[in-house]
Amino acid sequence: MNAPMNTPIPGTLARFQDAFAQALLALEATPAAAIASDVAALTAQPAFAVYRNTVMKGCIDALQANYPAVARLVGEEWFRAAAAIHVREALPADPTLLRYGAAFADFLARFEPAAELPYLPGVARLDRYWTEAHTAPTEDALDPAAVARLAPEALAGTVLHPHPAARWAWFADAPIYTIWSRNRNDAALDDNLDWQPEGALLVRPRDVVEWIALDAAGCVFLDACAAGATLAAAAQAALRVQSDADLARLMSTLLEAGAFSGMSFDHNQRLMEEHP
Amino acid sequence: MTTALTAGLGLKPQHYEAALACPADGLWFEVHPENYMVAGGPRLAWLEAIRARHAISLHGVALSLAADAEPDPAHLARLAGLARRIEPALISEHLAWSTWRGAYHPDLLPFPRSGEALARIADNVSRTQDALQRRIALENPSHYLHIDGHAWDEIDFLAELARRTGCGLLLDVNNVYVSARNLGCPAEAYIDAFPGERVMEIHLAGHAPDPNLGAALLVDSHDAPVAPEVWALYARLIARIGARATLIERDDKLPDFATLFAERERADSMLRTPLAVAA
Repeated sequence: MNAPMNTPIPGTLARFQDAFAQALLALEATPAAAIASDVAALTAQPAFAVYRNTVMKGCIDALQANYPAVARLVGEEWFRAAAAIHVREALPADPTLLRYGAAFADFLARFEPAAELPYLPGVARLDRYWTEAHTAPTEDALDPAAVARLAPEALAGTVLHPHPAARWAWFADAPIYTIWSRNRNDAALDDNLDWQPEGALLVRPRDVVEWIALDAAGCVFLDACAAGATLAAAAQAALRVQSDADLARLMSTLLEAGAFSGMSFDHNQRLMEEHP
Repeated sequence: MTTALTAGLGLKPQHYEAALACPADGLWFEVHPENYMVAGGPRLAWLEAIRARHAISLHGVALSLAADAEPDPAHLARLAGLARRIEPALISEHLAWSTWRGAYHPDLLPFPRSGEALARIADNVSRTQDALQRRIALENPSHYLHIDGHAWDEIDFLAELARRTGCGLLLDVNNVYVSARNLGCPAEAYIDAFPGERVMEIHLAGHAPDPNLGAALLVDSHDAPVAPEVWALYARLIARIGARATLIERDDKLPDFATLFAERERADSMLRTPLAVAA
């Protein structure tokens, strides 16, 4: 066993790690005087760049993997430069890098160089929804036939539970769904684009994440279901935002897509209906 | 796995189908548990399907055992949950830190091997083993920096950790070669001095010269076949300590499954006659 060269004082390891972690994220141009003395002898070695590069590359690679539609829209060089800024602001809090980047859409929304691409945060949000759907609990989707078998008088008081992998959003300002899905599918970018509001639904009824366009009524309907509303109440909410909504078609679209995993019955509703 | 004594492969999503279908006797796979700490979905489904046919080893990168802090209880609980689900043959981690004050740095970071660090890491290893209800194996990391403050050399440090906690060791032969080249010390001496009775697993991987500094600095890049020098060190090691479960790691510039499997077959055949291979 080697004799200690210098007796460490308590807290030396923590101080070393504070200084090392800070130096990892420091910009290359950081003056030597600004680096804590505990690690100055290390950061002066050319090999320190291996750690610095590995940490940055690991985080940026993860963001690029988790935000493929954003990366395709802005190009790899722009994406990685923006990602590097975000990484320095928000290192992963969770080592499962598959989940890294929860704050990336918000970052893009306030990132000045992205101001001329106002659709970027929305596209990022759908990339994020894809990740959330991909890693959500595995559950069977509700069989549409089970709903079809319900007695008509039971339908109004039924509560449909959104599938744990289902994610939906309405974008009032831009055709985010079309922009996102084209870039997610590597489709051509020069196709005509109608600049109109759009919504999206992402689901994972089996292994693979799938997505469809969803209108405003559909998004509000799912919001209501997620809040525990009965079908009667969810339908009313949908009609309030879109008075001509085709609710029968909406229900069948959502059920076929696998947007629900189960249903229950609101007994209060039933009592109210039986004893008005 | 220490009783299986065969060679395994790092499992990559690109190879899920081939891995599942591969009938090789004793073949096992290793994954980073962090990549499977999800509630559900296809990744976990693939791992469970492959686990039904082959043994799995969980090789963690994020417990941050060498940080001056306890392992994150939430992360440890997720690891324990995955272990209950997968029932791995072996669980391993690194003599390094990565998570610090709530931020994860995706790398295996160095530290001065002091008495203070030894006490902290021994405590962290014990906490981990208590949470998992099993022994883990600790891996020697790759080194790039000359750190003046080491009070212990690495082998003594690892042996003392094993003595205090009962943990096993994972000897990464490529890391030994890379570190020896970078720090200017003999790799053979390290291989010869490593406490063989503690070794639960061996890692083999490829390395590459640093893109900026060239051959003066080797990087543990896992993006190339195992180098001839590393094969030679491996032969020297198993001739001394006997056969141990051996993993071929490849994380970048991924070849097809058959190419990786050929490397695995080379290790596997060496394991069958460990005394002959050093000749």
